[in-house]
Order: sequence, then structure tokens, then C-alpha cells
Amino acid sequence: MFAYIARRLLSTIPVMVVVAVMVFAMLRLTPGDPASIIAGAAATSQDVAEIRIRLGLDRPIVTQFFIWLGHLLTGDFGESFFFKKQVADLVLDRVGPTIALATTSILWSVLVAVPLGVVAAWKQGTWIDRAVMGFSVLGFSVPVFVIGYVLIYLFSIELSWLPVQGYQPLRDGFAGFMGHLILPTLTLSVIYIALIARITRTSVLEVLSEDYIRTARAKGLPNRVVLMRHALRNAAVPIVTVVGIGVALLIGGVVVTESVFSIPGLGRLTVDAVLARDYPTVQAVILLFSLVYVLLNLVVDLTYTFLDPRIRY
Amino acid sequence: MLLSRISRLALIIASAVATAALAVAPADAQTTLRVVMHSDLKIVDPIWTTAYITRNHGYMVYDTLFATDSSGKVQPQMIDKYTVSPDGLTYTLTLREGLLWHDGNPVTAEDCVASIKRWGAKDAMGQKMMSFVKDFTVVDARTFRINLNSPTGLVLSGLGKPSSAAPFMMPKRVAETSPNEQISDFTGSGPFVFKKEEWKPGDKAVYVKFDRYKPRSEPPSGMAGGKVVKVDRVEWRVVADQQTAINALIAGEIDYIEQPAHDLLPVLKNDPNVKLADINPLGNQYAFRYNSTVKPFDNPKVKQALLYAFNQEDFLKATVGDPQYYKACLEMFVCGTPLGSTKGMDGLLQSNFTKAKQLLQEAGYDGTPVVLMHSTDLQVLTNLAPVAKSLMERAGFKVDMQDMDWQTLVARRAKKEPPSQGGWSAFLTSWVSADVLNPVSTAFLNASCDKALFGWPCDSEIEKLRDQFAHETDPAKQKAIAEAVQVAWSKDPTHVFLGQWYQPAAVRKNIDGFVVAPVTVFWNITKSAK
Repeated sequence: MFAYIARRLLSTIPVMVVVAVMVFAMLRLTPGDPASIIAGAAATSQDVAEIRIRLGLDRPIVTQFFIWLGHLLTGDFGESFFFKKQVADLVLDRVGPTIALATTSILWSVLVAVPLGVVAAWKQGTWIDRAVMGFSVLGFSVPVFVIGYVLIYLFSIELSWLPVQGYQPLRDGFAGFMGHLILPTLTLSVIYIALIARITRTSVLEVLSEDYIRTARAKGLPNRVVLMRHALRNAAVPIVTVVGIGVALLIGGVVVTESVFSIPGLGRLTVDAVLARDYPTVQAVILLFSLVYVLLNLVVDLTYTFLDPRIRY
Repeated sequence: MLLSRISRLALIIASAVATAALAVAPADAQTTLRVVMHSDLKIVDPIWTTAYITRNHGYMVYDTLFATDSSGKVQPQMIDKYTVSPDGLTYTLTLREGLLWHDGNPVTAEDCVASIKRWGAKDAMGQKMMSFVKDFTVVDARTFRINLNSPTGLVLSGLGKPSSAAPFMMPKRVAETSPNEQISDFTGSGPFVFKKEEWKPGDKAVYVKFDRYKPRSEPPSGMAGGKVVKVDRVEWRVVADQQTAINALIAGEIDYIEQPAHDLLPVLKNDPNVKLADINPLGNQYAFRYNSTVKPFDNPKVKQALLYAFNQEDFLKATVGDPQYYKACLEMFVCGTPLGSTKGMDGLLQSNFTKAKQLLQEAGYDGTPVVLMHSTDLQVLTNLAPVAKSLMERAGFKVDMQDMDWQTLVARRAKKEPPSQGGWSAFLTSWVSADVLNPVSTAFLNASCDKALFGWPCDSEIEKLRDQFAHETDPAKQKAIAEAVQVAWSKDPTHVFLGQWYQPAAVRKNIDGFVVAPVTVFWNITKSAK
């Protein structure tokens, strides 16, 4: 097992190198010039040229790449073109809200979606099943920002229960922290609830037709035990896979949610940095996201061994 | 059984939500103004960049020697008194007593000389002014002289310039930073102190009242007069999504939106707790910029053809919509200002396609396509290019409109290559009217070929007149020169101005005292209990 983990961790190195080359090349191929943006509307060509030199953008792209790679190997992500701040500090400032939002969203999604999926499978063909699947289709179909605006209208404008926007760190109080996260979490989790509930229903339905379930029922076991101990556990591998994919997709999902709720997280940082062509920041954030994807895949693969003893690495 | 467990779980979560909701409302121990500005503050050196958000930051933290009042006159600001020698070659400036930097040290003449030099090395108008300056003499701690080679009206209008880059005063140690490097010490002497440790790009910038600031005794007027701060703290909150900003304003989470989108104004008008305030009566001016170095706009007659093909109303209707917030104005230096005039504008900007076609024929226009860059991501600009395309095609132009985001456009406009090699022929933009009030500050009028702004027009007559304007100190003669510039421009235009538009701010009704000025400022504002 440990050898497997070590192998998988080592394999992340070439993946990260490829990502680094790709993201660097793509940014340089994208039209736009950070020097022109920094200089402002009334700047002359000479002003822009001076800023290009100062940022090192006048050097050949290959030289720029190796300078960046050299710094990267020493753990230096560089300085943001715009903010005069170290990129690592910028990312650290923004990572908290994103982790908080992603964690609450995935927890809420699993807590709601798995029972919904199990119940839908158990009550297959009834109105409960149809209601769950109807909600699921709705969850897939309605764009995240529409859900966000509707929730803001209901809970913030009409009822004044929750704040429209912003983020409060946990250290400033749990109630405020949660209060600012409730609407973004509900918004972001709709699509994942829909996704996980559907997969759970399908997996459980498949398992419910197995011989061992019939045996369990024949033994007189109560429905709860049949569903939770025999059906759900055996249906868990695809569910865990989908949850893993969901967490990875969340990284993309937070961009919209953070914009709608004005949460200063990594999603917003990415959008702002891309629009401003802030190369060092975009490069660092994409590398970080890629690392998270790779590690998530590893965690999901390892989880299989706990859920299904037949799986060995 | 399973269903009842789910119900119990839902109940627990619902009560947690309710508890959290009740505890969300923040309590304010001090008066804090929460505002959403037009952009995120990314760069904090107002000399290094001309970005308007950085200029606004400059007015929070720094002060200026002179300032332009609401009638367009330059008034002393940090200056107590000044004299001009009879030959117009020596300006002696004395600072007001008691001016302090935020670190408690007194503002000195040496600080101001260093600040003028840094600004003069970077800003276009500053460079022009410095071309008249022989040297500076520091007389004592509060007095210095500006010695000129020849008389110019640019000393006062330059040092009192309201918009980017305004000549902000900084401590000598900061002002000695190369103008091509950003400053990292944000000590100013303005009415607010910048809280560097609370600045989170993408989230907020925080300013607190500078208790030891000494405002002038006059009431505020434009950028001039007493800068009396009546709130303890101002937070610039970054809310990128316009709809969210408006929802937050309606819910009372923020107090002010600097630039709400025009299409969302009806929502705000209907809210009983929000008012719309027009705090910048000069507004903004749309402009069409040619690339004068490439075909077809290397021919003055082709450029002139557009002066006949365009009309302002179409552009303003398509972008702003509500006539309450726009005005067709045939005065290059802005309607209602000292230099505004319609001289030379007869028959122009009336969509006379017959005349436009005739000019194209005389110019021998061969159907070279105009590569028109279309910015698609800024709401106030998005609809301009399609209108231009339509009017140009009706006049007989071939137009290749290319869609791109604003930042791509900004990068591409710096390219001098022909359109076939990644260059461009034309694009549309907008200026704050305060930037286009005279021939020297109007950046698009700079017709000094390679030294001019992107588009690089070359016109010795316009340049000669701009020089004359810079030398002239008599307002009546300045106006005559400005009119002559407009006439010369109509023969070989550097750009086309496409009307004025206005951007109301959206404010909670408990906020009062906004200063009517070309820049959003936060002195004189009061916030009463909701």
C-alpha cells in the first residue's frame, strides 16, 4: 500500500511539469499584455515598453519560462504583476474562503443526496422516487447563478435573514462565518445533490437486485439494516467516485458562486488574475488546482480499499 | 424510520441556520462607510499608473498643492499663498502651516519639489510643464520657487490638474522613488490614512480618518476647498457582480455604488431606501480613435468622412439608453466648460452619408477593410462598435469588426503593425470629461507622431497650437487657441468625440454630503442612523 502511495505521489511530478509547461505556454499565447493594462488608458507606448522591461516580459519566452521554473523549484511563486505582493501570500489569503465553501458544500451535498438517493431506490416508482428524480433534473438544468439570485432575493432581500454577500473568517465568530456561507453553500450544492442522488439511486437499485439482498430480506432483517449495511455499503464505490469528481468540479463551480456572493476566494482570484493577465498569479493558482485534482484522485482510489476489501494495490 | 431520521436532521440544520442568521447583523461602533467602487484597487501608486481607481485612491491618501473647483478654476489647496513675478518666470509657493504627513512629520517644501519632479517625469501634462521649468529653489521649510525658462499657464493648471495623473504630494523619501517603479511606502498627507495591513486585493481597501489633517476653511467645491472628513472609516468593498452589489445596497450591507449599470437603475429608482446622485456633472465623453499610420486612416479625407458619417445620438442611445443620462454635445472640450465651443463643427456629426461618400471618393478609398476592435466585456463600451460599423458601412466603408475583451484590445492597440499583421485600424473608448477639458490634457489630441498616444497622429499645426496654448496665460486667448485647435482637428481629425454621458451613483438615503466633482471623493460625507 505504502509503495503504491509513494508511486502515485512520484507520478504527480511529471503531471505537474506538463501542467506548468501548458499553463505557461497558454498564457503567453493568449492575446493581451499585462504591461498595457498596468500602464492605464493614458499611457504612451514608451511607458508600456518600460513596464514590460521591468516585469521581464521583454525577454524571450523560453528564458522567462526557465527563470520562472527556477524560482518555482525553490518554492518561490513570484510576485504578482499588479498587487506588489508575493503570489504565495495572495493565494494563502484567498484559500480559506474557498476551502470553507467547498467543505460545507460537499458535506451538505453528501448529507442530503445519499439519503435521497437511497430512499428513491427503496421507493422506486413511487411519487418519492419521481420527486427526487424531478429535483435532480431541475438541479442539473438551472444555472448556478440563477439559483444564487433566487436565494438572495428570498432570504436576503425579502426575509432579511442572511447577508447578500461577503465572507467572515471563522476566527471572527462561528455564527457570522456560517451565516455568510449558508446561501453560497445551498447554491453550490444543488447540482452536486442532483448528481450524487442520481448515482446513489442507480447504484443502490443495482445492488437491491442482488441475491445477497434477497437473502438478507429472507433472514427477516429490517429494511434499515438491509439498506444501510448491505445495499449502501456495496453501492458505495461509484458514489465515492462521483463525490470525488464532485469535489474536483467544485473548484470550477466556486468561480461563479464566489462571484455571485462576492466571496474573496481562489475562484475570484483566478478570474481577476486571468482578466488582468497577471501571469504569476494565474500560473500559481492553476498549478495548485492541478495538484488538488491529482491528490483527490489518489484519495478516492485509496478509499476504495476501505469500502471493498477485494480491491488491493 | 429512515425518513423520520432525515426529518430530524433537517430540523437540526434548520435551527442552526436560523441561529446563524440571527447572529449575522454586524454592529458598528464607529461610522463606517462601505462603498463599491468601479474597480478593484490593484495598484496603489497614483503617479505610476493612470488607472482611475488608483487616482481615486490618491485623493484619499494624498493632497495636492492646487485643485480645480466646481467652476473649473484652479484654487490653492496645500498652498497658503503664491505669487507670480511680473515677467511670469518665477512662481513662489508657500505651504499652509500645520500640514503633516501621516507619520506625524511636517510637510516641507523639499517634499513638494521632489513630488513635482516625480510627477513631471511621468505624467504627459507634467512633462509638458517641466519643459518650461529651469529649476526649483527651496527658500525655507514651507516656501519654494519654480523658475521657468519662459512663461506658461501650465504651472497652475498642471499642479491643479484634477484627473490622472494628478500631482499628489509625497514625502521626499517616497517621491525619490524612480517614476518607473511603484512606491511601497504609502505615507501621505491627505484626509485619510491607507490601512495597508487591511488591504486585500480582490476583497477590500480600508481608509481611516486622519485626525491631524488640517482642512482649508472654505467649503468644498469640486476638488478644492475644505476636505472635512465626517466618517471614521471608509471601506472600498470589491463586489464584482453588479446585481450582487445592487442587492447588497438594497439590503443595507453597503452604502454606496460608484457606477451602477445603467440598465439596473430602474430597480434602484424603485427602492425607497436608495437614491441616485449625479456627483460628476461633467460626466464622460465617448471617443472613436483612428490608427493614423495605416490605411485607410492615413488619409485625412478618409478620417474626415467619418466626421460626416457619424452622429452622437445613435452611439449614446445604444450604450446609455435613457436620455436623462446622456447629451449630444458638439464641443470637443465638453459642453458647459470654459473652453467648450462649437467652432468648426458646422455640418459635422449629423450622419450626412452623401458628403461622407463624396469625401471617400475624393480620397480614392479603395475598399481597404477597417479593422474595428470591438470590446465586448465592458458594458459602457460594448454597443459602441456595432453602431460605428453600421454607420461606416452606410457611408461606404468596408468594416471588419473583431470581438475581443478590453484587455486584449488594450494590448493590441499598442501595436503599430498593419492590421494584416496583428495591428488595428480603429477602436472606441470613453474618457472622463475632466481629462479632456483643454488641448494639452486631451491625450487623443497629441499629434506628435511616434510620441503621441496609440493611433500616432501626425499634425504639425495641431502641435503648434497646443504649444501656443501651453505658453498662453490669458484665459480669453486660451479659448481662441482652443477653438483654433478644434478647427484644425476638423480638417485632419485625430479622433471623433461621440457625446457626453453621465454615471449616477447609487446611495443609501442616510448618506449625505457628496461633493460634486469629477472624481469620487469621501470628505464632507455624513452617515446618519438608518
